[in-house]
Amino acid sequence: MVTKSDMNYKHYNKFYSHLDFMKYRNVFFIFSSALIVLGIISLFVFRMNLGIDFSSGTRVDIQSSQPLSSQHVTQAFTDLGYKPDTVVLSGNKNHIATVRLNRELNQQQIAQLKNDIQTKYHVNPNVSTVSPQVGRDLARNGLFALIIASIFIIIYVWIRFEFLQGLTAVLALIHDAFFIVTVFSLFHIEVNVLFISAVLTIVGYSINDTIVTFDRVRENIKLSRKRLSTLQELGDVVNVSIRETLTRSINTVLTVLFPVIFLLIFGSDSIKTFTIALLVGLLCGVYSSICIACPLWAVMKAHYLAGRKVRRTVRTQG
Amino acid sequence: MRKKGRLFSFFAILIVSAVILGLVTMPIIHNVKLGLDLKGGFEVLYQVKPLKAGQKIDANTMSNAVAALNKRINVLGVSEPNISIQNGNRIDVQLPGVKDEKRARQLLSTTANLTFRDYKDRLMLDGSDLQPGKAKVAFDELNHPMVTLQLKSASKFANVTRKILNEAPNNVMVIWMDYQKGDSFQKEANKTNHKFISAPSVQSVLNTNDVQITGNFTMQEANTLRDLLNSGSLPVKMTEVYSTSVGAQFGQNSMTDTLFAGAIGVAAILLFMLLFYRLGGLVADITLAYYIFIVMGVFVGLQAVLTLPGIAALILGIGMAVDANIITLERIKDEIRSGKSILSAFRAGSKRALPTVVDANLTTIIAAGVLFAFGVSSVKGFAVMLLISNIVTFIASVYGQRLFLGLLVHSGVLNDKPELFGVRRSDIRGN
Repeated sequence: MVTKSDMNYKHYNKFYSHLDFMKYRNVFFIFSSALIVLGIISLFVFRMNLGIDFSSGTRVDIQSSQPLSSQHVTQAFTDLGYKPDTVVLSGNKNHIATVRLNRELNQQQIAQLKNDIQTKYHVNPNVSTVSPQVGRDLARNGLFALIIASIFIIIYVWIRFEFLQGLTAVLALIHDAFFIVTVFSLFHIEVNVLFISAVLTIVGYSINDTIVTFDRVRENIKLSRKRLSTLQELGDVVNVSIRETLTRSINTVLTVLFPVIFLLIFGSDSIKTFTIALLVGLLCGVYSSICIACPLWAVMKAHYLAGRKVRRTVRTQG
Repeated sequence: MRKKGRLFSFFAILIVSAVILGLVTMPIIHNVKLGLDLKGGFEVLYQVKPLKAGQKIDANTMSNAVAALNKRINVLGVSEPNISIQNGNRIDVQLPGVKDEKRARQLLSTTANLTFRDYKDRLMLDGSDLQPGKAKVAFDELNHPMVTLQLKSASKFANVTRKILNEAPNNVMVIWMDYQKGDSFQKEANKTNHKFISAPSVQSVLNTNDVQITGNFTMQEANTLRDLLNSGSLPVKMTEVYSTSVGAQFGQNSMTDTLFAGAIGVAAILLFMLLFYRLGGLVADITLAYYIFIVMGVFVGLQAVLTLPGIAALILGIGMAVDANIITLERIKDEIRSGKSILSAFRAGSKRALPTVVDANLTTIIAAGVLFAFGVSSVKGFAVMLLISNIVTFIASVYGQRLFLGLLVHSGVLNDKPELFGVRRSDIRGN
């Protein structure tokens, strides 16, 4: 049993000493598993709302000086001969309209469309088109980047820490990435190419968070100068380490959250998807580092050590 | 005396560096290359296909095509074009700030293969018979614009005109731009909107190397034709697979919105650090200012293009840079609470926090590096910013903080003042 006096220093906010992360580990595990199941169901039922970056078609952004209405824009496009797939209004006065057409326009059609909108709304619209081939390539590259990044991170953590910590850290990371996907699927938020960068940023951030906590676990194990073997002992070290790094975890996420929240409120609409993904990922990243990665590591490690003990006993008997 | 010296150094370095930063701010800001999404303009991704059967698309053809495109873009007068080869068979062209998008597109995608043929579409002369760079716009006697060319050999032209003259009554010389297999003069001749440029009839053998093309051009059409001929034909065929355009006003608005949001976010961080870590927070805020300048400086130095996600990465990077400060300051607080003097707490805290900061940043660098390797355009801009900001975090947050906090701690002014680090006296062991 690791007692308080065993630790070299263990100063943390007195409020934290009531927090027992190991005690509620099963609650966290069940909660997260439920979220993952929900995500899988949502992916089957609602799928992802893929933007033209990933499917194909044409996207037209109109920034007018006056407020626009959905019917008006739809009517205007229908008059021009293009029936819009969706019309989304944004901006604080609803003066920006994003129109999606399910078909690709060619060079002449784009020029014509821009011309028509110019005469109608007196603004130069943004027009983007993507053919399905390019969209597929983008999606494939994104997934590829995610897998490669995960592999490199596991290898790095394996070298600097230990395999089980690398494994749980990556499980937490996948948990976070998947949670962002779940939220986007459930609320039907349009996914564009920036979504991939947001997910990868969260991957980097989440691993960063987990590693700072594992770093303290590693240090406290060294300081305890004891051979830890039971789940109780490992759990105590985990609890103390989380409490010691909790102020840092909260402060760090706060400092990253400040700009993200302000970007969400005041930032450009074209990065809204990106900031939503970051916000969701940041919150999930803190939760998973503290409530999933560390307790899960303690459980796995205790299992592994118990298994080794049994094997040893068997060997000596044999 | 020695102690006073440290305090003096602290303020001296602070003031000198503030002056230097103040002086370089404007040049840095003026040299930032803005991406399409901030400046307006358009981007087209072309799929490159062979022009003739059996032609191979290899690295050599691709770089020839890019060279030809570069010449054409120079004609458009775009200041910062960005042309890159992707996937080995795609060319990405970004033209920030381009005004006449329609003309730009036309100019970019035509292969500009000029051919002279007879009425049976047999090839007589092609682009390789022209003297490069000699096409000009002139006016005929009715003041209609026309394009004049110079051939390499007058005798070859004499031969060609003689052949065509012999084909009378069909003695026409058909001038085609981008003739494709299956195009036929006889089919096109009666259309009002025919595909060939013009079909003058040949009345005599012309032993000259001056050729005029009169084809009912508007002034702009004549200019475009001249520019195309002068920049040479493309060795490949290109089709648009992706295109996006951003209005200049739209880009401007996105930039001001995002910068405004970022400024408030950064101000919130600075205030938070100051309130939570007091003097330590002040030093962190100073290093943060350095961080922003160094990141922007490196970014400009690398000639990287600032995109909207790039700004987001810069702001996010600030949050991550603060993390390095927080880890160190929390560690120093721990050490102070364990009863150590301010000096030894600073030493032990900085030393113990370093491996954590290294591990934390290296993992993010791995993610950013992978993004950079596999990302396209705007994602790449984001990755570059994230990479730079992570590397700079080491310099600014770790060494900057050590330098400034070190000078203050060593000067002795902080001795026995744990409150300045945000530590309550009652929390210190032994008190």
